[in-house]
Amino acid sequence: MGSGRLYLAVAVGGFRRYATYRAATAAGVFTNTVFGVILVYTYLALWDEKPHLGGYGQAQAVTYVWLGQCLYATLAIQGGGAEKDLMERIRTGEIAVDLYRPADLQLWWLAGDVGRALFQMLGRGVLPFLFGAVFFPMALPTEITPWLAFVVTLLLATVVSFAIRYLAALSVFWLMDGMGVNQALMITGIFFSGMVLPLNAFPGAFGEIVRVLPWAAQLQMPADVLMGETDPWRAYAFQAAWAVVLLAAGRLVQSAATRRVVVQGG
Amino acid sequence: MVETSASGTARTAGTGAGEPFGGSRAGEALRAYRLIAGMWIRSSMTYRTSFVITVLGNLLVTGLDFVAILLMFSQVDSLGGWSLPEVAFLYGLSATAFGLADLTFGSMDVLGGRMRDGSFDILLVRPAPVLAQVAADHFALRRLGRITQGVLVLVWALLTVDVDWTAAKVLLVPMMLVSGGVIFCALFVAGAAFQFLAQDAAEVQNAFTYGGTTLLQYPPTVFGKDFVRGVTFLLPLAFVNWVPAAYVLERPYPLDLPHWAAFLSPLVAAVCCALAGLAWRAGLRSYRSTGS
Amino acid sequence: MADTNTDPSTQAGADTDAFIELDGVEKVFDVRKKTGFLKRERRQVRAVDSISFTVPRGEMVGYIGPNGAGKSTTIKMLTGILTPSGGRLRVAGIDPSRERTRLAHRIGVVFGQRTTLWWDLPLLDSYKLMHRMYRIPDARYRENLDRLVELLDLSALLDVPVRQLSLGQRMRGDIAAALLHDPEVLYLDEPTIGLDVISKARVREFLRELNAERGTTVLLTTHDLQDIEQLCSRVMVIDHGRLMYDGPLAGLHEVGDSERVLVVDLERELPPIEVPPARVVKVEGPRQWLAFPAAESAAVLVARVAAEYPLVDLSVREPDIETVIAKMYAEQAERAIS
Repeated sequence: MGSGRLYLAVAVGGFRRYATYRAATAAGVFTNTVFGVILVYTYLALWDEKPHLGGYGQAQAVTYVWLGQCLYATLAIQGGGAEKDLMERIRTGEIAVDLYRPADLQLWWLAGDVGRALFQMLGRGVLPFLFGAVFFPMALPTEITPWLAFVVTLLLATVVSFAIRYLAALSVFWLMDGMGVNQALMITGIFFSGMVLPLNAFPGAFGEIVRVLPWAAQLQMPADVLMGETDPWRAYAFQAAWAVVLLAAGRLVQSAATRRVVVQGG
Repeated sequence: MVETSASGTARTAGTGAGEPFGGSRAGEALRAYRLIAGMWIRSSMTYRTSFVITVLGNLLVTGLDFVAILLMFSQVDSLGGWSLPEVAFLYGLSATAFGLADLTFGSMDVLGGRMRDGSFDILLVRPAPVLAQVAADHFALRRLGRITQGVLVLVWALLTVDVDWTAAKVLLVPMMLVSGGVIFCALFVAGAAFQFLAQDAAEVQNAFTYGGTTLLQYPPTVFGKDFVRGVTFLLPLAFVNWVPAAYVLERPYPLDLPHWAAFLSPLVAAVCCALAGLAWRAGLRSYRSTGS
Repeated sequence: MADTNTDPSTQAGADTDAFIELDGVEKVFDVRKKTGFLKRERRQVRAVDSISFTVPRGEMVGYIGPNGAGKSTTIKMLTGILTPSGGRLRVAGIDPSRERTRLAHRIGVVFGQRTTLWWDLPLLDSYKLMHRMYRIPDARYRENLDRLVELLDLSALLDVPVRQLSLGQRMRGDIAAALLHDPEVLYLDEPTIGLDVISKARVREFLRELNAERGTTVLLTTHDLQDIEQLCSRVMVIDHGRLMYDGPLAGLHEVGDSERVLVVDLERELPPIEVPPARVVKVEGPRQWLAFPAAESAAVLVARVAAEYPLVDLSVREPDIETVIAKMYAEQAERAIS
C-alpha cells in the first residue's frame, strides 16, 4: 500500500509548509476577522430591510458570513493554493521533473492542496469563526449529525475547489504566463462562490444559473448543509458530480499538455 | 550640527555648495519616486498582453464590490436608510480616494519580502529617501483600474443623487478625495512601518486599507455604535467620506458630531501623515539598529 | 568640504590619508530565539566587537572570515545601512549612519547575491536610472559608461534584459552600475561567488585595473582566498566579531602556518618524489599530493618538479580560509598556555 502512504506524505508536506508561516497566519486571522465584522454589519442591515432574503434568517446570514471567512483561505477561494506553485513550475519548465515522478500528477497536487487546506482551516479559519460565534448571534446546529454532514461537504468542496484551480493552472502550458488566469480565478472565485452575497440571495434567472455552477459547491453547499437548508445527500451529489466532471476534464487537459511537453522535448 | 533623520537624508548646514543636491527633501523624494515608478512601468510593458489583461482584471475585481451593492439593492430599496445613489456616492468617494492611495503607495506590502531577501539593503545605499523608494516599488499602472471604476460610480452618483448643491458642498467633494486619499496613504505607510516589526505579517494592513475602503462603501448607520466610534476617533476613517458626505447629503452625522466636523478631513489627514511618518521613522531606525 | 563641520577633530588627527576609519566599532544585536511554541529567549549577540582599523585612499583590502563572523555587518555599517552600537566610524570624513544619502554619492556597493539591476529591462536602462538618480553629469556619465562597457566587455549585453544574463554577466553588469558615479570607494560583498573560472578572472582583472588607474579604494569580502591573493596587498581576518589579523596575505600564511598543496600527475606511477621543503602527503597511482608552506613560491617548486620528473599535469590547491583561521586559533591557544 505504498502509494497511499506517498500521497499522505505529500499532504503532510503541504500542511507543514504553510504551518511555517506563523506571523502570516496570525495576520490572516486578524484580517479575516475584520472583514467578517464589516460584512456582518452590512448583511444585518440587508436582512433587516428584507427578512428571510434567500430563505435565510438574520442568524443564518451571520453564520454564512463567518463560514465564508473561515473557508476563504481554506478553499483558496480567490486562488493562492497549490495552483500557484503548479503555474510557477509550468512556467519555469520544472514541471518536466514532476512528469517523471512515479506518481499521478493530479493526485500529487491534490494531496498537497488538501494538506494546505487542512492547515488553513485549523490555523486561519477556525479563530475568526469562533470570534463570530462569540460576538454575533449564529444559527449553529446543536446535534452532531449536521456537523458530520458538514465535514463531508467540506471535503467535497476542497476537491471541487482544487479541480477548478488545477484546470486553470494547466492553461499556463499554452499561455506561458499565469497573471491573467490568476485574475480570472480571483474574480470568478469571489463572485460565484458567494463571497460577496449568498448565492441564495441572487435575484431571478441569474440566481438560478449561479446556483448550478461549480463554485456553488464551495461555500453555499457547506453553509446550507450546516444550517439544515438543504438535504445533505443532494449537496453531496451536486458536489461529487462537479468534482468528477472537473477532475476528468483536468486529466484530459493534462494529457494534452504533457504530450506538448514531450513534443517540445521537455 | 547634523540632524539625524531616520529615513536617510540628513540635512547638514554645509551640504549646499559643492554637493549635487538640488531642491528640498520633498522634491528629492518626488524625483526618486518618479524615476523608480518609471522603471516599473517600463518593466510591466515588457509583458504587454499581461499588462492589458491585468488592467481589465483590476477593473473587474475592484468593481465586484459595487456589484455586491447592486445585488443588494436588487432586493431592497434602501440600506441602513440610505438610497442607492447615496450609497453609490459613498462608494465612489471611498473607492476613488482609496484608488489614489493604492496607485501611489499600494505596493508597500512587498517591504517585508525585501527585508527577508536582503534587497532592502540595496535601497539603503542609494542616494534617495527610502520611503520614496519603497512607495514607488512595484509601481503598477494597472491600479488605475480601481480609480477608473471609482470615478465612474462617483460620476453616476453625482448625476443621480438628490442634493441642493452649495459652494461648500461642491468644495467638499474634491476635498474628500484628496484628504481621503492622503488618509489611506498614511495607512499604507503605517502598514509598511509595521512590517519592520513583523516581516511576514504584511496582510495585517489589508484589514485597515482594503477593509477600510470596503467599510466606507456602506452607510455609517449600518454599523454598531462602538464600531463607528472606533473608526472615527481611533482610526479616523470616518473623515474619508462618512462625515463630509453626511454634510453633503444633509443626513445626520454619525455619533452626533458637531456641524463643522465635515470640514476637518484635511486636518485629520495631516495628523495621520505625521503619525505615519513617525511610525515609519521608528521602524526604519529599528531596522538600522537590528538589521532585521 | 562639509566634512570639517561634521567632526573637525578627525582632520587634525594623525593620518590625513585615512579614508576609512574605524575606532572601537561595535554592533550588538538583540536576538530573540524561539525556545518553545510561544517562549522566546532574548540574548545579545556581538556581531562586531570593538573593531579598529584604517584604510588609506587607494588601497585594496580583503576582508575575510567564516560565515557569520561579522563581515557583512561591518560592510553594512560602512555603507550606512546599519547604525553602529558603539565606537566611531568615518568614511571620507562622513559618519555613514547619519549622512547615508550624502555618503551614497561617494561609495559604490556590490552585493554578490543581490542585484541592483532591473530584472525585466535591458541592462542599459538600469544605467540610465543610475545616471539620473546619482545626478551624474551627462559627459561624465557617457565617458564612464564607455570605459566600463569596454573594460567589462558589456557592449553585447546592453540591450539584453537582465533576466537573460548569466550569473557572471550580471555580476559584471552590477559592478559597472556601482561605478558609474565615480565612487571613491567600492565595497564588494562576495563578488566572485558562484562565478565560473573565466568570469572570476575577468572580474579580478577589472578590479586591478580600476584600482591602478583610478585609485579607487576597494574593500572586498570573500570566501575565495584567490580573490585576495590576486588583488589585495592587505588582508583583514575577522571572526566572532573580532579582528584576528591585519596585514599582508603572506603574513597570514605565516601566522596560520598553513600549507598549500601541489597536485602533480606524473607519466607513470613513481615512488614519492623528493623536492624539499615540499613533502608528499598522498600518492594515488601516478598522482601525488605535495604539501608546501604557503609562503613559498609555487612557481619555483613547479619548475623543480618539472625539471626532475616526468610531469603531465598539475594544480595548486589553496588552503581555505576556515583552515587558516582554525590554525590561527590553535596557535593563539598554544601561546596563551606557554
